[in-house]
Amino acid sequence: MTATSMPVTMSKTAPMDRAQALGRLKFADSSFRVMTLGAALVVLALLVGVAVSLFIGAWPAFSHFGIGFLFSDSWSPPKERFGAAAAIYGTVVTAIIAMVIGVPVGMGIAVFLTELCPPTLRRPIGIAIELLAGIPSIIYGIWGVYYFKPFMQAYLQPFLISTLGAIPGVGALFAGPPLGYGIFTAGLVLAVMILPFVTAISRDVFETVPTVLKEAAYGVGATTFEVVGSIVIPYTRVGVIGGVMLALGRALGETMAVTFVIGNATHISTSILSQGTTISAMIANQFADADPGLFTSSLLALGFILFIITFLVLAAARFMLSRLEVKAGR
Amino acid sequence: MFFRSLISAAVIAASATCAYAGDISGAGATFPFPIYAKWADSYKKETGAGLNYQSIGSGAGIKQIKAKTVTFGATDAPLKSKDLDEAGLEQFPMVMGGIVPVINLDGVKSDDVVIDGKTLADIFLGKITKWNDPALKALNPNVTLPDLAIAVVHRADGSGTTFNFTNYLAKVSPDWESKIGEAPSVEWPVGIGAKGNDGVANNVAGTKGAIGYVEYAYAKQNHLTYADMINKAGKTVAPTVEAFQAAAASADWTKAPGFYLILTDQAGEKAWPLTAATFILMYKKPADVAASNDALKFFEYAYDKGSDQAKALDYIPLPDSVVTLVKKAWAADIAQK
Repeated sequence: MTATSMPVTMSKTAPMDRAQALGRLKFADSSFRVMTLGAALVVLALLVGVAVSLFIGAWPAFSHFGIGFLFSDSWSPPKERFGAAAAIYGTVVTAIIAMVIGVPVGMGIAVFLTELCPPTLRRPIGIAIELLAGIPSIIYGIWGVYYFKPFMQAYLQPFLISTLGAIPGVGALFAGPPLGYGIFTAGLVLAVMILPFVTAISRDVFETVPTVLKEAAYGVGATTFEVVGSIVIPYTRVGVIGGVMLALGRALGETMAVTFVIGNATHISTSILSQGTTISAMIANQFADADPGLFTSSLLALGFILFIITFLVLAAARFMLSRLEVKAGR
Repeated sequence: MFFRSLISAAVIAASATCAYAGDISGAGATFPFPIYAKWADSYKKETGAGLNYQSIGSGAGIKQIKAKTVTFGATDAPLKSKDLDEAGLEQFPMVMGGIVPVINLDGVKSDDVVIDGKTLADIFLGKITKWNDPALKALNPNVTLPDLAIAVVHRADGSGTTFNFTNYLAKVSPDWESKIGEAPSVEWPVGIGAKGNDGVANNVAGTKGAIGYVEYAYAKQNHLTYADMINKAGKTVAPTVEAFQAAAASADWTKAPGFYLILTDQAGEKAWPLTAATFILMYKKPADVAASNDALKFFEYAYDKGSDQAKALDYIPLPDSVVTLVKKAWAADIAQK
C-alpha cells in the first residue's frame, strides 16, 4: 500500500458499521483464546499420552513379573530375568547424595549473594551460576570421566575408605576398592549440576523478604546468621522447598552425566563407593539393542516408574510454589 | 511395538532428509562403521554413488531392516536361519575383527601375560579377584604378578562385541553359560560398565589392575597392553591378522545356513579364540530392486577392492573362499530383477 492510497482506503472503511467492527474484534479475541487454550491442552494431551503409552508398553513386564519387578535386582537379558530394584535404588541414592551436598551449598551461595555480597561481585557470581545451569549434561559427563573420576580414585575414595570405611557398621557404606566410578561419584557430579537450580530459586525468593523485616531484626541487634536463620529462611520456606524439589526432579532424571561416572553395574551393593546404575542410565545404555518383547517392555516399565517418581516430585514442587505465590500476594 | 516404530521412523525420517536421494541406505552395527565409511568414500569417488550408513547399533539395525526403512541392515550378532526365513532375509558376513583382552599392570607389556578361556571367564565371574591368583600364576610362571585387585571393565551398552565375548565365555565355561549366558548385554556379576569400545579402552588405560575387552583396532590405536590367549587347540596365540584369519579359515562356512557362524573358539592351531565377523542383512525379495542391486554392487566392490583399506584400519578381510560362497548365495537367493 502506498502513501497516496491510504486516505482512500481510510475513507472507505470509515462508514463501516460500529457493531460489525466490535464483532470482528470479539471474534479475534475469542479465536485467540481458543488457540491458546488448544496449545495448553496439547501439553495435557502429551502428558497423558506419554503416561498411557509408557504404561501400555510396560504392561507385559508388569504382568509377567508382578510386584516382584520392583524388588528384584537381577537384570539378565539372555535369561529374561528383569527387576527394577537396582535401578530404583541407584536413582534414589544418587539423588539423595546430590541433595545432601547440593542444597546446603546452593543455599549458602544464595544467602551470600542476597545478604553479604558486595554489589560489584553480585552480578558476576549470579551470571556464573546461571551459566552453570546452561552447561549441557554431556559436558558434565566428560568432565566427570576425565577430571573428577581420577581425582575421586586417587584422593577422595582412598581417604573415605581408610577413615569412614574403618568404622564398624557405617564402614560397609564406604567399603571396596577405589575405582573412581560409582554411586558416590555420580551423586557428587549431580550435586554440581543441581547447584544452579537451588541457588537461582533460593536467591529469587530470598529477595522477596521485605527489607523492613530484616532491618527490624538487625535493629534489635541480630547477627547476619540470626537474620538468615530466623527471618529469611522461615519467611521463604515454601519457595526454597519448591526450588529444592525442582532440583530433585533434575537429579532423578539426569542421564548422560550419570551414565559416564556411575559404573553401570546392574545390581545393588551395600557400599556407596561401588558401582551402580540409575533408571535413566539403564534405558540409555540398553534400549537401542533391546530385543522386542520382555526386554523392551522391562525398559519401558523402568521409564514408567521414573515417570511416576518424577511426576510426584514435580507435582509437590508446583503445589509448594503455588502456596508461595499466595503468600507473596498477601 | 507401535510407538517404538514411530520413534525409529522419526529417526530415519530425520536422517533421511540429510542424505542425497539415490544413496544406498543402511543401518546397524557400530563396530564396522569406520571401514564402511572408508569404502563408501572411495566407492563414491569411483562410481559417484554414495552410502548413507547409520551406525546405531546391531539391535537397532535389525529393527530397521525388519521395518524396511533401509536397504540393508548390519549386525555383529548373526540371526539364526529360522529368523532369517521368517523375515525373508539374506545374511552374509562382510568383514572380520578380533576382540582382545586388554590389561593394565605396571611393568607388564603386551604378550607378557597369557590367559586361557576358563580363567578369563572366572575373572569376569568375579571368582578370581587378585592378579596373583594361583590360576593366573600357573599360566604365567615367568611373570611377577602383583598382589593387586582385578578391576573388571565391560561394556555398559548393548554391543556385538559383548555378544561375541560372552559367546566365547559360554563356550569355554559351563558356569558362565548357566549363570550369565550370551547376549549383546548380560548381567555382569562384577565390574565397571563403560560406554563403547573407546569407553572400555579409556577405563582400562586409567585404572591400575584393570582388565577389559575391546576390538583389536582400539587396543592397537590406544596402545593398550593386551594378553595372549590359549586357543581350543591348546596353543598360545597372539592377536594378529594371521591369527584372526586362521580362525575364519578353519571355520566350515559351507555347512552354515545363512552364514550363521560365530567365529569364537575355532579349532585351528593358529586361530585366535576371540574372532568375530560382522554381518549384512538384505531382503531376498526387495521392494526396491534397483536399490538392492546398488547395495550389492557396493558390497562386491568392498570384497574385491576393499581389502587393503580394511587392513589399514585393522579389520580383517574375509578369506577368498568365503567371498566366493557369499557371491554364490547372492546369485541364488536375492532377486536382482
